[in-house]
This record gives sequence, C-alpha cells and structure tokens, in this order.
Amino acid sequence: MSGTNRIAGKGRLTPARTVSFTFDGRALTGIEGDTLASALIANGIHLAGRSFKYHRPRGILSAGPEEPNALIDVSRSSSTHTPNVRATVQEVFEGMTATSQNRWPSLAFDVGAINNLFSPIFAAGFYYKTFMWPKAAWKHIYEPNIRAAAGLGVSPKEPDPDRYANRFVHCDVLVVGGGLAGLIAARAAAQAGATVILCDEQPELGGALHHETDTLVDGREGFDWAQDVGRELAAMDNVRVLTRTTAFAYQAQNMIDLVERVSEHVAKPGKLAPRERLWQVRAKRVILATGAIERHMVFANNDRPGIMLASAARTYLNHFGVAVGSNVAVYTANDSAYAAAFDLMAAGINVAVIVDARKEIDAALLAKADELGIEVLAGHAVIDTKGGLRLKSIKIEPVSGGKQRSVDTDALIVSAGWTPTLHLYSQSRAKVVWDDETDRFVPGKPVQEMVTIGACNGTDETADLVAEASEAGAHAARLAGVAETGDRTAPQAVSGTSRKGSLMGAAPGAGPDTTVKAFVDFQNDVTAKDIRLAVREGMHSIEHVKRFTTNGMATDQGKTSNIHGLAIAADMLDKPIPQVGLTTFRLPYTPVTFGAIVNHGRDRLFDPTRKTAIHPSHEALGAVFEDVGQWKRPWYYPKVGEGMHAAVDRECRTVRETAGLFDASTLGKIEVVGPDAAQFLDLLYTNSWQKLAPGRCKYGIMLREDGFIYDDGVVGRIADDRFHVTTTTGGAPRVLHHMEDYLQTEFPHLKVWLTSTTDEWSVIAVQGPKAREIVEPFVEGIEISADAMPHMSVREGKVCGAPARLFRVSFTGELGFEINVPADYGRVVWDALWERAEALGACTYGTETMHVLRAEKGYIIVGQDTDGTVTPDDAGLNWAVAKSKRDFVGIRGMKRPDLIAPGRKQLVGLLTEDPKQVLEEGAQIVADPNQPVPMKMLGHVTSSYWSENCGRSIAMALVADGRALEGKTLYVPMVDEVIRVTVTGTVFFDQEGERING
Amino acid sequence: MLLIHCPYCGEDRPELEFRHAGEAHLVRPDPISEISDEEFEAYFFLRENPKGLTYERWRHMHGCARFFNAVRDTVSDKFVVTYKAGEPKVEVERGDDGVARVKGAGR
Repeated sequence: MSGTNRIAGKGRLTPARTVSFTFDGRALTGIEGDTLASALIANGIHLAGRSFKYHRPRGILSAGPEEPNALIDVSRSSSTHTPNVRATVQEVFEGMTATSQNRWPSLAFDVGAINNLFSPIFAAGFYYKTFMWPKAAWKHIYEPNIRAAAGLGVSPKEPDPDRYANRFVHCDVLVVGGGLAGLIAARAAAQAGATVILCDEQPELGGALHHETDTLVDGREGFDWAQDVGRELAAMDNVRVLTRTTAFAYQAQNMIDLVERVSEHVAKPGKLAPRERLWQVRAKRVILATGAIERHMVFANNDRPGIMLASAARTYLNHFGVAVGSNVAVYTANDSAYAAAFDLMAAGINVAVIVDARKEIDAALLAKADELGIEVLAGHAVIDTKGGLRLKSIKIEPVSGGKQRSVDTDALIVSAGWTPTLHLYSQSRAKVVWDDETDRFVPGKPVQEMVTIGACNGTDETADLVAEASEAGAHAARLAGVAETGDRTAPQAVSGTSRKGSLMGAAPGAGPDTTVKAFVDFQNDVTAKDIRLAVREGMHSIEHVKRFTTNGMATDQGKTSNIHGLAIAADMLDKPIPQVGLTTFRLPYTPVTFGAIVNHGRDRLFDPTRKTAIHPSHEALGAVFEDVGQWKRPWYYPKVGEGMHAAVDRECRTVRETAGLFDASTLGKIEVVGPDAAQFLDLLYTNSWQKLAPGRCKYGIMLREDGFIYDDGVVGRIADDRFHVTTTTGGAPRVLHHMEDYLQTEFPHLKVWLTSTTDEWSVIAVQGPKAREIVEPFVEGIEISADAMPHMSVREGKVCGAPARLFRVSFTGELGFEINVPADYGRVVWDALWERAEALGACTYGTETMHVLRAEKGYIIVGQDTDGTVTPDDAGLNWAVAKSKRDFVGIRGMKRPDLIAPGRKQLVGLLTEDPKQVLEEGAQIVADPNQPVPMKMLGHVTSSYWSENCGRSIAMALVADGRALEGKTLYVPMVDEVIRVTVTGTVFFDQEGERING
Repeated sequence: MLLIHCPYCGEDRPELEFRHAGEAHLVRPDPISEISDEEFEAYFFLRENPKGLTYERWRHMHGCARFFNAVRDTVSDKFVVTYKAGEPKVEVERGDDGVARVKGAGR
C-alpha cells in the first residue's frame, strides 16, 4: 500500500504502479502520477519544511504552483540537486531523494526554531532598525549571519550536468491554461483553422477539473472530458499541446516565455534528453485562461502542519485518492469549501465541523451538510490552533463574541475565496480593475493582442464560461487572420461547485496585534501585525508596505497573500481597496532555473572564441595566449624554462637586433571603395586623403563628433577609388558602424561602399633589420628595395604564390613589412616565412613584445593611452590634423572651450629615478607628495614596461599641462613608497627615427 | 523582445537583429565648423527624451545593415511606424483610444 492515507478506489492513479523514494532519508512508497506532496500526505506526512524567518514547522498548504511552504530539495544523484522545489508540482519518480530545508539538525527538532521565541525582535523591517550600529558590523557580522540563518535551500556547488533546450516558435493563438475554459477556447481556435499552442503547467490537462468532480461536461466527469479533448487537440496538425509547461513571462508584443519540464519527472532520463525546454512563443493572439487561486484564512497560528486550502484537500482526495486527515475541520468564508467537505464525508472521512465566518449561508449547502450530519457554525471564527508538528485542535468562538469551544482535528481545510490569477495579465502591462459586486480585482482593458477568459476573468457561471471561451477561441482565430473553416463544438457543462463568498484580510480570529501570529504570506513569514506595523510606521503606499514587510515578494509573488495584505493595509489606512491599489506582479510567475534561461549559452557557447588562421602554428611554437576581446592572441613564446619576463626581453632584443614575426591578423580591416572614397575618408578622418598617391599609406586619426579620439590606424591607397583601412583590434565593428552611420545618413550623396575584411586577410608582420632579407625570396612581382618601396607604401603582388597586399609599415620603429594574404593561405605563408626567419636568427613575438616595442617609440594604443576624453592635441598628434579642411567629423567638437583650455592632460613620457623600477599602469601622479589627502592628482600612468632595449623602465602618462613640465620631477605615491619620476618626451628609443627607413 | 519592421527588408524581425542608434531627424549643421558653442550644444548634447512618442533611429545591424527612422511610444513600447533614412518626418497623432497612428491613416 502506498501510504496509510490512501483510500482504496478513490483517485485517478493506478495503485499497482508504485514508486520508491526517500524523504529525509526515510524510504517511502508513492504511486506513479503522485506529486511529492500527495505521496507525503498519503504516508501521513504533513510536516514538510521550516519557515523562512521563524523556523516554524510548516505543512503542505496547496496542491499547485502557489505552494509557499513545502519547498524541498530534490535530487537524483549526488551531482544534481535542485533546491526550493515546490512539493506540490514535483512528480515523484523511482529513486528520488527529497530533503527538507531550513532546519538543523532535523525537521522535527530544529535549533533555529528559537527565532520563534525571539520573534518580537524580528518584526517587519527589523533589519532596518536593529543592526545599524556599529556601521562596519553590518557587512562583517550582521549580514553574513542573517543570510546564513534565513535563506531556504542551498544551491548546488558543482557545475550543472544537465542539458537544456530552446525553441522559438510562432503561432496564431496561444492559450495559457488547459482547464475547462482554455480547452474550449483552444478547440474553437483550432477548429477555425488557426495554429494553436495550448500550454498547461500540470502533467494532465483539466485545471480545476482535477478536484471539481461535480463539474459535468457533455454529461461526463469534467476531468475525463478534458483528457479526451486533449487527445483530440494533440492529434490535430495545427495544434501543439504542451503539458508540464509553465508560461512564466509575458513580454512585449505578445512574446510569451514557457518552460517545459521535459525530464524532471523521469527516473532515468535518456542521456540526450533535455531537463527543461525553453519556448519563446510569438503569438498573434493570446488567450489567458489562468484560472484562480484559493486564498487561505488569516487567523492566529494558521500555519500548523495539517492546515491547508480546501481545494487542495479536494484535489488530494479526488485526483490522488489521498485523505488529508481522518478527522477534518473546515474554516471558510466561501461556498466551495463545502463541496470539499461533502466529498471528504462521502469518502468516509469524518468532518468534525464547518466554521463559516459568514452569518448568511446558502440554504442548499446547509441542507446538504445537515443531511450528511456535518455541524455548521455560521458566524463563527477559528481563533487559535494547537499542535506542535501537526495540528491537534482548533479553538472556535462566535464572531460576535461569546462562548469558546475547542474541537479536536488533525486537518483544517480553509477557504477565504478565490483570487483571479492575473500575474501574466499584469506582466503584459495591462491594468486590473476593481469589481465592487464581487469584491475582487478583475482584468481591465488589454493593452496587447490578448484576452482573458474563465476564472481569471471573473467569469463564475459555468454556462457563461463555456460561451465566453468558445467565442474567444473563434474570435482570436479571426483576428489572427484565419478564415473560419470548421464547425465549432462548444460543450454543455454544469458545475455543482459554487465559489461564492469572499473574505479579504484578517479573518475574525486574527486577534489583537501584539503577540498573535496570523500569517498572511507563509513563504516570507509575514503576519497581519507586520502589515499593520508597516502602516503605523508610515508606509502608506502599498509598494512601500510590500518592501517593508516583504509581503508578496520573492518567488511566491503573492499568489495566496497579495489580496490579504492589501486588505489589511487598506483597513489600517481607512481607504477602499482600489484606492490603495495592487502591487506589480513581477516575472517569472513561478521560479525558473538558471539552466533554462542560460540554456546553450554556457561554457564555449557563452561567447565566441576567435582564432586567427595561423593559430595552430602558434600552438606548435608553444605560444602563451591572451584574450583580446574575443580573440586568442599569442602573448609571448617562451622557450623551455623561460618565464614571461625572460621571453619578452629576448623577443624585444631579437626584433631590434635581427627580426621578428608577429601575427597581426586581428587588426580590423575595412575596404573603402568607390569614386568618392577619398572624399569620404576626408570627412571621417582628421587627415587629408585626396593627395595620397595610390601605393602610399598614411596614419589616420578618427574622431567622434565631440572631438575626442575614437580610433586610429594605417590606411593604404590601393587605387584611386580603393582604400585598405585598418582599425584597432577591438575597434573594427564600431568603426564600421560609425562609418556606415555617416555614409548612410549624413553623406548619402557619396558613392562609397564599405566592406568588413577583417577575417578575409591574414596579416603577418615581419619587423627588424633583417625583415627585407626574410621576406625577399617569397615575394613575386613587387620590387621591395628601400628606394622602390619606402616606408609607408603598399604594393599588390604575390607572396609564396598567394595573392598579397604587401605593406611596408612599422609599429616597432624598425624596417618592417605587413604581409596580407587571403586567410586560407595565412598559415602556409607564416610557416614558410618562419622557416627562413628562424634560420636567420629571428624570433616570433607576441602582443606583450609588440606593446613594449611600440611604447619604446611612443606609438599610442587607442583605448590604453587614450580613454575617450583625449583630443589629438592631448595625445601630441596635432600633426595628423589637417588645417585646411572645410569639414570632418569632430572638427567643431575639438574646438569646444574645454578642449582648448589650458590645463588639459597631455601625453608625456615618464622615467623613474630608479631605472629598475617599473611603474604601475593606472597609478596617479602628483606634484607634491607631502600635501594633505585628498591630494591633487595631475594625471595617471597609461603605459609602463621594462624596456630591455633601453636597459631601463619606460612609461607614458597623461599629465595636466604635461608637455610644459618636461624635465621636471613629479611623484607617484604608492601604498608603501613614493616614486620619483622625470617628465620626458614620448620617444625612448631611436629618437632620430632612422631605423624605420632601413 | 520587440518586433521591428525594417522598411528596407519589408519584414518584421526580432529586436536581436537591430541596434538602437539615438534620436532621429537631427540635422548636422553645414558647415559645422562655423557654428557657435550653443548651437553645438544643441546639436550634439541636447535630446528630447520624451515620455510618449519619440522619433529615433535604428539599424538593422544583423540584417540589411541599413539605418532607418522609427516612431515609438515610450509608454507602451509600441512602434507606430518605421521609414527609410532620408524620408521626411512622418507625422503621427494619438487617437481618442490613446493609440498613436500615422496622421490621416485612420483605424
């Protein structure tokens, strides 16, 4: 037998299909189709967890996604466990290990429960007041301890081993919710020929039909009808039925996010089966049939295990065949709890008493109760409960006062009425409106292409609901542009369950404020008195009340608590509820795993890794790589036993003494073509391009309109109408975007085409005195002598037989070439060049050496020596700004008063007094190190290296009026010393610049 | 995620393919070098940033790569209309129902 509380012959599960699982180490048996909650209750277990703040014993409140108490850690192996799983939605599977949370050492005996005794100091907002002093203690003592003590589950430490899937899909009509209304609407839309997606969070369709066995559709029990319609829909080509699928977010323009639990309920999922699948649905029309959630009653000690929603008790009985107790009491302000009581009684479970807060009760209900022999106490309240780990008795008192009475019971089922589930509706940005007649918020005017139907729309009568749903389905299909093709079938339905009656806020029996704990929000441990306290403390906006008390926050999003909290606040403020207003529902509707959201975007797929075509050769040469944006670039090439410094020093020396090979393929490249290409570059760069002869190159600076340096690079003129533009490695995409912006929108009259060619060319820099000697034998069709091909020239020809653009340029200050060949040939050319270069004593060098060599020559790196607030003049590049041009981007910006005022930071060189000392990049510079703190900062170090070629450290810095300070001493205060530096020019090596012309 | 109609491709495409490109219909002064500091401030720094209907530029970055203009309601986040760069400003008006439409387009 799968639990002592399983009633033979009741429920829809197949008793023979048993499932073994453990809860806190105890071996238990459930039935396939059980939720963890139903299986626990079947085994007589209501105590499922400890509460968030007070560590009070908590039972299972609900039978659905609104569960605030029974949050369990579920695992299937040591490497995969999920905390905070709602026991009411998790299906049991063979071998499942379930563990309760927020207790130590055990669920029955929890040391943390001492919080309950000290609860007066944990009142709402306590952490705002109690832990204010001393200031530093918050960070180091209070917060870590509070966080450790509160909190619920523990997240896994290991990487998630599971797979997740992701689908984008479009449809005419998306129906959220597969209860009576959703099924009718989906079928009507499908019969009209629309493509339909129907999703429901439960394993089977049916919604409230799970427990409402007295709802008959076409003469049959509603749940059975629902399964048939589900099969009928699933068989249609234009319909996709998704069960175990929660719509958790309603985004802009009818994009709904669904998460499908694919294998969460399977004992041994296939190796490739995803755990969950994220569906991103774009629907022409959305139909929300999200139903309603029953509210609990707010009274003293309303949270003992054994107290649960009436509809939940009915679900456990009618669907799972499980009795929630043997001697049940009812506390209600709503008719539907009677139906639950009657069902329990009919199943042979004693119903001790029905306590109804209302004085007037429907005569038919009273007659039925009388007939079954159930005592009904109208106008009464449950004012307290007893029982430690399980409810033992309740205390009852007439609402108007009078004689108290105690009734023994092991389960109290409660109902304060039904709250339309408007989370998704609200996420769609539509506003709710207050309905005076029925005392509840209902949907107002939709703002997206959406409609609400059924219980979430406040449609109570079954006949109305059927008509509304059928019409909504057909109408949605029409609005989606589908011509009606089929016959529409709407069923006949009647329901024996009434949901009349509503009580919002504290029930009679919530008692005075001081000591009573009448819980409003179980998940966040918020009581009625907390909300009253919040209002007394001056929180008059419901949004403030929410944050002060945490009512309706976190994963629960106020499913059972929002309306109660609002009503109590409204009562305290002496305002009608609609004037106080509802807090905003946040997405997600229910918690979603990070795995489902991150999906494939992890590990290697988190961000693309870009490798140059020559990458395998670098690996073979033992390169150490660094990340530059998405690129993997060789950083340095250590020889056996060589550290980074030794390797870089050797590479720096070798390039200047002999030569070096460098992979410059990551350099951004843009082909600028067209009759107006030169005119276009004139407008985009500070320099003049019209007079640059084909075959020549020029260093160009690009500004933004505000006059600051945006990018730089060498541009070669290949032909009158063709330029080969290079950009910084990281700058290629934004430079092209910037160029396209001006070309398309400011200078559209220019005939120019822009093409990104970054990935098309492999670029191999050969730099150093022997560069020509290395390159020469491989070059065909180009005369590369110093006279025929001077510095800053470009030729087209062949290298190693591959078509090539050969640049004579240098970022090292040495004689140098940059060989551009189509990327497919890059590696072959590199390997050929390297074979010869190595024989001639050259080296390969990486980005670190490149940085040092360029700094020795004072060449800037945009983004390192500039930071978006540096003008050409600041960087000492005024020579590259044309004086006679009528227009270029930035021409006006760079003349702004602040940009030409004295005192701007200028790029200078710095030499430390101790040549061995290397400054830290980013270090601040002051004139007087003895001035009081905060000191006046003059600027900061932008580049700093050990220069093997200079035999000392070198640095560049941006310093206020720096050029005027040349020769002066400044100071760099560090944590444990003050470093003396001398201001110099920015060229540290080969001041005459003759080597470049070799 | 928004759906955006690219006036060059003629299709509604997901926002992922697009990139926002700031306020639309800003006219770059010509010759810009001659304008005063105040005119430069107005051109470069000052933006409308309205609550409600805004004219803005988008680029179909991962599609046709073209820049175009759009009118969007910043309250509802709905696009009223998109049109090609260089085309005259499309006038829009808000109807009694609170929904903005192209002027004269009717329902």
